[in-house]
Amino acid sequence: MRHEVKFTGFGGQGIILSAVIVGRAATMYDGKHAVQSQSYGPEARGGASSSTVIISDEPIQYPKVLEPTIYVIMSEAGFLKFGAGASPEAVMLIDSGLVQSRPECRCIEIPATMKAKDILGKPIFANIIMLGALVAATGIVSEEAMQKAVLDSVPKGTEDLNMKALRLGIEIASNGGE
Amino acid sequence: MTVEDWFRHDRLPHIFCAGCGNGSIINSTLEAVDSLNWKVDETVFVSGIGCSSRAPGYIVTDSLHTTHGRALAFATGVKMANHDLNVVVFTGDGDLSAIGGNHFIHACRRNIDLTVICMNNQIYGMTGGQGSPCTPTGALSTTTPYGMDEPAFDLCDLATAAGANFVSRWTSYHVRELTRSIKLGLQKPGLSFIEVMVQCPTNYGRRNRLRDVEAMVSKMRDHALLKEKYDRLVAERKPIPEGSFVVGTLTDRNLPALGVRR
Amino acid sequence: MTRVDFMQGNIASAEGALAAGCRFFAGYPITPSSEVAEHMARRLPKVGGRFIQMEDEIASMAAVIGGAWTGVRSMTATSGPGFSLMMENIGYAAFTETPCVVVNIQRGGPSTGQPTLAAQGDMLQCRFGSHGDYSTIALAPSSVQEMFDLTVKSFNLADRFRAPAFLMADEIIGHLRERVEFPDTVECTPPRPIREGMLPFEPEEDLVPGFTPFGHGHRVHVTGLTHNEKGYPASTDPDLHERLVMRLIEKVERARHEIADYDIENPDAEVVFISYGVPTRSVRQALLDAPEGLYGHLNLRIVWPFPENLLKKFPNARVFLVPELNMGQMAREIVRHCDQPVISLPRLGGELHTPQYLLDRAEEYR
Repeated sequence: MRHEVKFTGFGGQGIILSAVIVGRAATMYDGKHAVQSQSYGPEARGGASSSTVIISDEPIQYPKVLEPTIYVIMSEAGFLKFGAGASPEAVMLIDSGLVQSRPECRCIEIPATMKAKDILGKPIFANIIMLGALVAATGIVSEEAMQKAVLDSVPKGTEDLNMKALRLGIEIASNGGE
Repeated sequence: MTVEDWFRHDRLPHIFCAGCGNGSIINSTLEAVDSLNWKVDETVFVSGIGCSSRAPGYIVTDSLHTTHGRALAFATGVKMANHDLNVVVFTGDGDLSAIGGNHFIHACRRNIDLTVICMNNQIYGMTGGQGSPCTPTGALSTTTPYGMDEPAFDLCDLATAAGANFVSRWTSYHVRELTRSIKLGLQKPGLSFIEVMVQCPTNYGRRNRLRDVEAMVSKMRDHALLKEKYDRLVAERKPIPEGSFVVGTLTDRNLPALGVRR
Repeated sequence: MTRVDFMQGNIASAEGALAAGCRFFAGYPITPSSEVAEHMARRLPKVGGRFIQMEDEIASMAAVIGGAWTGVRSMTATSGPGFSLMMENIGYAAFTETPCVVVNIQRGGPSTGQPTLAAQGDMLQCRFGSHGDYSTIALAPSSVQEMFDLTVKSFNLADRFRAPAFLMADEIIGHLRERVEFPDTVECTPPRPIREGMLPFEPEEDLVPGFTPFGHGHRVHVTGLTHNEKGYPASTDPDLHERLVMRLIEKVERARHEIADYDIENPDAEVVFISYGVPTRSVRQALLDAPEGLYGHLNLRIVWPFPENLLKKFPNARVFLVPELNMGQMAREIVRHCDQPVISLPRLGGELHTPQYLLDRAEEYR
């Protein structure tokens, strides 16, 4: 199976890190293949941000995403730019507090930023909540691999909160979203 | 060891014109190096392009004769890769302050542990007498046929402003003072910049009514104003003689330096 | 024990350099190569090496050459505009036979062009960009693993031939993250030391002189002027200049078959793709998507010196298709070495040829 995952949002949300974590989980802990790339623009913060990761059981040759099968969308602008054209077969996870539009494909609504603020005290954990939801909704990487990859990637001292965020995302998505 | 032992004898005689002052500057440098008991095999001379930059070719140490203007960048690489080497740069006014101007200010800013000896003949000698950023206003050169209409750089002010630890200026006439000054520079951690005003009878003197070497040297001698005297004149609010330039140790300080041997 | 990581291409190149024993890096930040410099800045001081950010790329290349002459493996990394600025000193490195490595993470040009997007527009510049005649060694990675492996190899080739070696990567591979394996030790072949009684620029049988790093009593004079075997300027001797330049070219070119590094798929095919660097990934996918054995593929990991004999490994080839992220720079070289038509498939703008595009084009020539 080949999955092409597109993450989009705005700078500062951890959009690029999210794709890196998924790639890391797949290659380092699930024995799969992954390539991750991102679009670079002149803006460092606040602008649109997007990144992709391809996960496959086979070695990945062509490294670019042609037609995402999974979307993780954390801003309305990101939805309009990438999500609006999603194929009907795609699966989309959206941060329901930040994205107003809804796609025609299967959509799982995760109030990630709101939950991050309310339960974990900081919006910064929203992307990890989305990763938890991604695992539960798609199974592209295992829960265990995702846990390890998150722990590899987050600053020391934030491990517990990040694990909480991951579990929160898994829980919300397992219940079908919001 | 004597000064003679520092020369690469199978490369001599040198290509400098009769009456050129570069040879005596090389002598002063080697005298200073020798008096400090530096070792030939721990010393590297680096240069760019121009008459001055031919100097390392006549010295027996490892030496790097590089591209125009870039001697300081090459020397920075040598020194950064191996702090244990003593690195001395020979350069000229065109090489250092025109094409190499950016490297000059950055080497001074880094205060990297190099000794830079600039033979300032106020002209591009090797290529036939074109104007340089140090050609005095009004002077004739092949590219300033109606007289230089731009002001000249004060290389010592530049080095001081950019952060060099040691800055001095002498002339090829002041052999003993120059040798002493180079010796101070060699010992100083950080960047030492020694500017030596030098006669180029072939390409500067000839075009600027200084036909013979003696006329050029006496002009330098007569217009060199000792730093101490200059300071006194300034303190007494007396006029500075027209056409004079200050010689002596102009900057001597101990700012943090890069690349110093431990 | 092999260490495994999920890592960006630029970082893998820096790690390759460190594994190869590179202990001096001089550079100037430029997109999309800056991660190489940043990683070297972090890591070099911890392994006893030194990093310096120079005032521009001219100075960076100069400092790398200076560092290399102290016998320390030295490297810089840059992209198009910086590469252009390095050209004069690259010629100096070639002429003074200075072993050093330049990583070029190519981006869209000319001029400032597309700083954040991939290209392969500097392939001829790395071969011919400095004035005068000389030869160089250029490697083209098409994966993050190869960013590591070929950086190591660049150092070994630079040392073996006493010549600058170029890792000609691109923004896609430089910024791609993939699984990469780091062996505990890598093969490092230092330059051959000079033999007793030989002059510093006197060639051995393979036309490469033994190396005489500074600070070891060799008392070598290194000059960018035409020089004799002692290293002394001799810039007005026509025969000496001709001999020297021809040797510098020949020492690299005569080894082109021996050092060739490539993959061949379906050598019996009639329609054959030739690629290097990131388009290789598109070609490989295209071959997977096509009926088995239908199309051939030659992937080059060493592009310069160009191993023209490899074209003969496809005895049935009727046509060569050459996808590149430029207007056919290597296709021009291939044309010189074969009788078959060579079809350049240029792609500019930062996008990669899709496998389907390649299949469609190949179909036209079946």
